[in-house]
Amino acid sequence: MTKAGSTLAAATVPARAVRLPRRRGIELSLLVLAVLLSVYGYCAVGLARSGTVPPGAVGYGAGLGVLALFAHIAVRIRAPYADPLPLPIGVLLNGLGLVLIYRLDLETPGDRAAPTQLVWSTLGVGLFIGVVLVLRDHRVLQRYAYVCVVAALVLLALPILFPAVNGARIWIRVAGFSIQPGEFAKVLLAVFFAAYLAANRSALAYTGRRLWRLQFPTGRVLGPILTIWLVSVGVLVLERDLGTSLLFFGLFVVLLYVATGRTGWIAVGLLLAVLGAVAVGRLEPHVGGRIEDWLHPFATIEAGRGPNQLAQSLFAFAAGGMLGTGLGLGHSILIGFATKSDFILATAGEELGLAGLAAIVLLYALLVERGYRAGLALREPFGRLLAVGLASIVALQVFVIAGGVTGLIPLTGMAMPFLAQGGSSVVTNWAIVALLVRVSDSARSQYDGREAP
Amino acid sequence: MARYIRHACAFCALLLAALLANAARVQVVQSREYDGNPANRRGTIARYQQPRGDILVDGRPVTGSVDTGEQLRYERTYADGPLYAPVTGFSSQKYGTTFLEHTEDGVLSGTDPLLAPLPLWRDVTRGRAAGGDVVTTLDRRAQEAAYRGLSGRKGAVAAVEPATGRILALVTSPSYDPAELSGNNEAVTAAWARLNDDPEKPMLNRAVRQTYPPGSTFKVVTAAAALDAGVVTDLDERTDSPDPYRLPGTTTRLTNEGDGCADASVRDAFEWSCNTVFAKLGVDVGVRDMGAMAQALGFNDSEVRIPFSVAPSTFDTSVDRAQLALSSIGQYNTRATPLQMAMVAAAVADGGVLRPPYLVERTTRHGGEPLSGSGARPGRQVMRPATAARLAELMAGVVREGTGTNAALPGVLVGGKTGTAQHGVGNTGVPYAWFVSWAKSEDAPEPQVAVAVVVEDASADRGEISGNGDAAPIAREVMRAVVGG
Repeated sequence: MTKAGSTLAAATVPARAVRLPRRRGIELSLLVLAVLLSVYGYCAVGLARSGTVPPGAVGYGAGLGVLALFAHIAVRIRAPYADPLPLPIGVLLNGLGLVLIYRLDLETPGDRAAPTQLVWSTLGVGLFIGVVLVLRDHRVLQRYAYVCVVAALVLLALPILFPAVNGARIWIRVAGFSIQPGEFAKVLLAVFFAAYLAANRSALAYTGRRLWRLQFPTGRVLGPILTIWLVSVGVLVLERDLGTSLLFFGLFVVLLYVATGRTGWIAVGLLLAVLGAVAVGRLEPHVGGRIEDWLHPFATIEAGRGPNQLAQSLFAFAAGGMLGTGLGLGHSILIGFATKSDFILATAGEELGLAGLAAIVLLYALLVERGYRAGLALREPFGRLLAVGLASIVALQVFVIAGGVTGLIPLTGMAMPFLAQGGSSVVTNWAIVALLVRVSDSARSQYDGREAP
Repeated sequence: MARYIRHACAFCALLLAALLANAARVQVVQSREYDGNPANRRGTIARYQQPRGDILVDGRPVTGSVDTGEQLRYERTYADGPLYAPVTGFSSQKYGTTFLEHTEDGVLSGTDPLLAPLPLWRDVTRGRAAGGDVVTTLDRRAQEAAYRGLSGRKGAVAAVEPATGRILALVTSPSYDPAELSGNNEAVTAAWARLNDDPEKPMLNRAVRQTYPPGSTFKVVTAAAALDAGVVTDLDERTDSPDPYRLPGTTTRLTNEGDGCADASVRDAFEWSCNTVFAKLGVDVGVRDMGAMAQALGFNDSEVRIPFSVAPSTFDTSVDRAQLALSSIGQYNTRATPLQMAMVAAAVADGGVLRPPYLVERTTRHGGEPLSGSGARPGRQVMRPATAARLAELMAGVVREGTGTNAALPGVLVGGKTGTAQHGVGNTGVPYAWFVSWAKSEDAPEPQVAVAVVVEDASADRGEISGNGDAAPIAREVMRAVVGG
């Protein structure tokens, strides 16, 4: 932990590569468990709804199992030292997400989302396999930092050209598929931030003028930060996407802090975030309405207009209680149009209860923790920042969306990683897990005995 | 850098911990408040998620449930809906519940704590017990006889078992089919509007929720007060009663339908229903004793529950002597429900003991295992047994040779009293025909049934004749159904 401690450790343990156990067998057992749990959930829905095991159970289990198996084989071939946890966590959350969407499809016979979601999940796992197979070393990405940021900005800007859907301008529609390009931008931005900060962290940490006890960076260094702030505010204003702008900004502040170790950044970050949020909340009615709903979730009921989505979501969580109603037995469909996407967690909360919800949050927490651990174990700053960035994206997404639907923070339209209906989100999160697997493979194969991966 | 990574990791952990803390707040701490929010439809959905328990008459359910597969899944069905509507009421997804469906809703819908063997476990699992059944005291044959007797005419019948207070029949006419109000669709809305707009008021429970001037049937109460107070000691002694009788302090003259009422004995006056004799008798008894007897018999009691509430019958005690005279023959502000008048007849039949009427014999689990027992409560001696015996004698005389001969049953001791109630502005309405009675078959140790019948649109408006002509035959058929005569 302390400098002295790590020096001591370095002195006693020779700085040589220690081969860690590969743990691929553990990964395989956990994958089997994840697939079985998902199939169990699928059967539980069928049993609760019609008293019979749904006819697709075998196909569903086989499909999920084959996907998991291929991903596992890819990891075995190209990332044998990788952390055994991220892949099973991804499979379990994705499998559970499919179960929840299938379950909600039963309430909306005219609008089935599970098959589409299965296609996107397959694409996501395909991307995972591709990344693990093709990307031999994550440091290659450092070279493409500026390509990444340009691509990210283009992706972010694209939806402005398309009409708004449900009040937010974050979708583009291509050939019947709707894509949220902002989702993909997350990973690209994480790569760019990691590369930029790895290259400039000394300049950010130690230059600039000092005012009283605060050390301020120079304008040259401040520039990118203000730019990111403006971009996130721009996203908020132009696309009315509170979640994405919050995520970008949070991600940047976290990485800036990790790169420079300066607490002042957090203060500046919070200040800018609050300024941006207040200004936009005042000026932009869509965002202002969200904040109003958060402060008074039952205002529409008192006004005689019936419960709004947030109130319905709170009702769903409350109905779940400790142990939940059981899969298939809740009524979260009352939430309305975004039940399968933004509000999927309410279904989990109602049907699995606080116990199930806690299990899901802990799965995310475990994924985040494994990312951070990989970052700690790596020795070079880019890999460290990349791992921290990817893990933070997961944590921030979970916090923003789960906090929104449970009334902790204002509601933002965002997808719960792996659980929610939404192709772009599933694919992106599989890319994140792929990169985490890649990074953790580097960390564990180059383990020098100092920071346990 | 490692240190800052740890800090950032701790921050992420903090965020996720905050999520769980907030989830615990919503799902555990505040869940009851959210569950109870009237805008939360889950309570309604859960309520209709399982078949409702049944209401039983003579061991057979008169209700049922049908699975619609909709969100509010099970809808109520009724066998003989119009016949039992004043007892069952309706259970509607849209308009709630009434009568037994309402007061026994906890048992029927499965929320009654008695139905949950492990209440704590139910709290955890949030499950709901299967609906229980409600066994009524109704006698199917008596109920059918009453409904058939009214045959669609406006009116009501109430019958009770004097020795227990069990309600054997509770009929209102015209009635409606509560099945029309089950469910949530357009037809239900239309039926609701139609039933509410119907001038015949088919949803009005005339047996317990409508009060009528009891007319001459109230003379039973007046006679009881007079006998109990000792104002009358010999039923056959000539009274000092002018015909017509000038109401005290006024110039209004009260007359009789028939002749021979001047100075008639109480027995003759009762048998021939002399207004003058009983108006004067009431005044002689005085407002205090008249009010006490009426109250003891259940008048002016707004707390009667059978278990649903019964409209209070009234006897005005802040009256002058002229008003008291009219009150004593069931006019002025005196009003009674058919059930109230059945209670009066039952008290006479049961030796002066009044048993609170009740409609629910017991509630059971769906399998029949009892949950709560009989709704019987202890009776109260409301008049001296000697008074009751002499009143029974008077009532038997009415049926044997007085105004109520249409109620006679061969081989059965029947006591009765006719009534005709003036009403409307200046008493211009078609009078209500009343008949209250009780019956005891020869081999029975005590009277088995007391009945009150009111017919609103009596065919004849010639005084007591309508009570005997329209109401007495209905009472006779109800009594026949019970005593098996």
